[in-house]
Amino acid sequence: MSLIHLSAAEQAAALAAGEVTSVELTQAHLDQIAATNRPENGVGLNSFLHVDAEGALAQAAASDARRAAGAPLHELDGVPIAIKDVLATEGLPTTAGSKILEGWIPPYDGTVTAKIKAAGLPILGKTNMDEFAMGSANENSAYGPVKNPWDHTRIPGGSGGGSAAAVSSFQAALAIGSDTGGSIRQPGAMTGTVGVKPTYGSVSRYGVIALANSLDQLGPVTRTVLDSALLHELIGGHDPMDSTSVATAVTGLADAARQGAAGDLAGVRVGIVKELQGDAWSAPVVERFEESIEILKGLGAEVVEVSLPSFVHAMAAYYLILPAECSSNLAKFDAMRYGLRVTPDGDPSAEDVMRASRDAGFGNEVKRRILIGTYALSSGYYDAYYGQAQKIRTLIIEDFTKAFEQVDVLVSPTAPTTAWALGEKADDPLANYLQDLATIPANLAGVPGISIPSGVSSVDGLPTGIQFLAPVLEDARLYRVGAALEAALTKQWGAPIAAPAYAGNGNGEA
Amino acid sequence: MPELSRDEVRHLADLARIDLSDAELDHLAPQLNVILEAVASIQGVAGDDVAATSHPIPMTNVFREDVIRPSLTPAQALAMAPATEDDKFSVPRILGEE
Repeated sequence: MSLIHLSAAEQAAALAAGEVTSVELTQAHLDQIAATNRPENGVGLNSFLHVDAEGALAQAAASDARRAAGAPLHELDGVPIAIKDVLATEGLPTTAGSKILEGWIPPYDGTVTAKIKAAGLPILGKTNMDEFAMGSANENSAYGPVKNPWDHTRIPGGSGGGSAAAVSSFQAALAIGSDTGGSIRQPGAMTGTVGVKPTYGSVSRYGVIALANSLDQLGPVTRTVLDSALLHELIGGHDPMDSTSVATAVTGLADAARQGAAGDLAGVRVGIVKELQGDAWSAPVVERFEESIEILKGLGAEVVEVSLPSFVHAMAAYYLILPAECSSNLAKFDAMRYGLRVTPDGDPSAEDVMRASRDAGFGNEVKRRILIGTYALSSGYYDAYYGQAQKIRTLIIEDFTKAFEQVDVLVSPTAPTTAWALGEKADDPLANYLQDLATIPANLAGVPGISIPSGVSSVDGLPTGIQFLAPVLEDARLYRVGAALEAALTKQWGAPIAAPAYAGNGNGEA
Repeated sequence: MPELSRDEVRHLADLARIDLSDAELDHLAPQLNVILEAVASIQGVAGDDVAATSHPIPMTNVFREDVIRPSLTPAQALAMAPATEDDKFSVPRILGEE
């Protein structure tokens, strides 16, 4: 097995044992990126918008020097990582997938970037994403869509299609994602990988280009549950630079994953969400979901159905709250201090320049959401739409509170279908929004969620995902249950599922 | 929900400082109506007895120590500006023609 096919935990162990250097590991991943990313000829994955080979190798050499001196900074010191282009990285271009930020190089690091650097992980580059994280297919990137490593004619999910495709294609074992309505979990389901949306406020948002402040959360994107736990612990914790940061230490996640992998879920109460079943869910996804439920029962979990009645209003509430927040957030792109400036002919005023720049710099989905948000916040409609949406948010939080009096975790399929064809829904916003049915409630309520692979569809052979949700600050439960199911499924499959063209020594050419 | 007319979409775009072309208006206006129709279902769902939630983890009065910390230099802050002059952001005229 080659270096890139090792999990991050295995890479860390190989580094600690002196079996490999960080430079070798980093070079192996850079080679895989060079062989498979290739946006220029249209056949590659296009998962990276920027690759920093020189910087990553320099950081790797520094890591090797620390280890040789007996002073690694962290368990993951020397294990390379990819960062979604939504997070500020000093000296590396950061565009959020938008033309309006093309070429922007931040003068500072986001807190999570700083934590990654302080732990010694070489940063491979920045991953592609839907523009300002608005999308479920990665087709709203201003820099072209990402391809799904399982089938290059399919979408990888969104908005974090780049990070998910990168870990799925062994370009990196670790990546950072951001999840506002499912942008970590849904791409995980589409690409057969693991993704976690932590409890709101438990990972700093400082330096994240905001989509919707009350919903956004950074989290880990990996191939294994344990790797997500290790990365989650690394990036989590209180940050005085983020006024919404929760002052609770983020610990015990890797221990929970190791406990779960032992396979005993006796006494764990799992609730199947009644409202996340029905006709919207495709038969192959449900087939794999029900198989996972039987496995959970076999591991000792007590499975019941629970009703969270306000979930039926979650999508509508979300697609009012999110546009309202983003229309306000994106007002900062005014062509005055940074970003694209388009100057119309004649003697234009600053407002004329703003209008022209925002028209040229924003893509269609961004414009749609800004316009919806502007409408929802306008006087006369505020109470009927935004006000109602905020009240529904309260009802959804109450639903979660009641449900977690009965069960320890909730479970549903992550997404209603497997990955669809590139272009199929590209100009149909509502069809994309419906993909987020199962993931949105967690963001509205601030609770943590994990998606892990539940197998592959018996119809199209593409991966399916299963999602667990836990109460606020009980992220450890996700890792225990997720690792238990992951271990049982892997045993059943004989090996972890992987995109066939990239498994073994494949480089996507198959 | 009343259907948004093309002129109303143009007005919203003006409020949002986005200079939409006629072709963009033709393309986006019907899509906005589809989206608004889909979210209209929430009207009247929650009554006056339900409090609004703006933030999932409520917090009040978040302070930090008032200490001097390193910050960006003028050169760093201006490095990505579209135009600068005398260590300042240079912007187009802000007043109208009249």
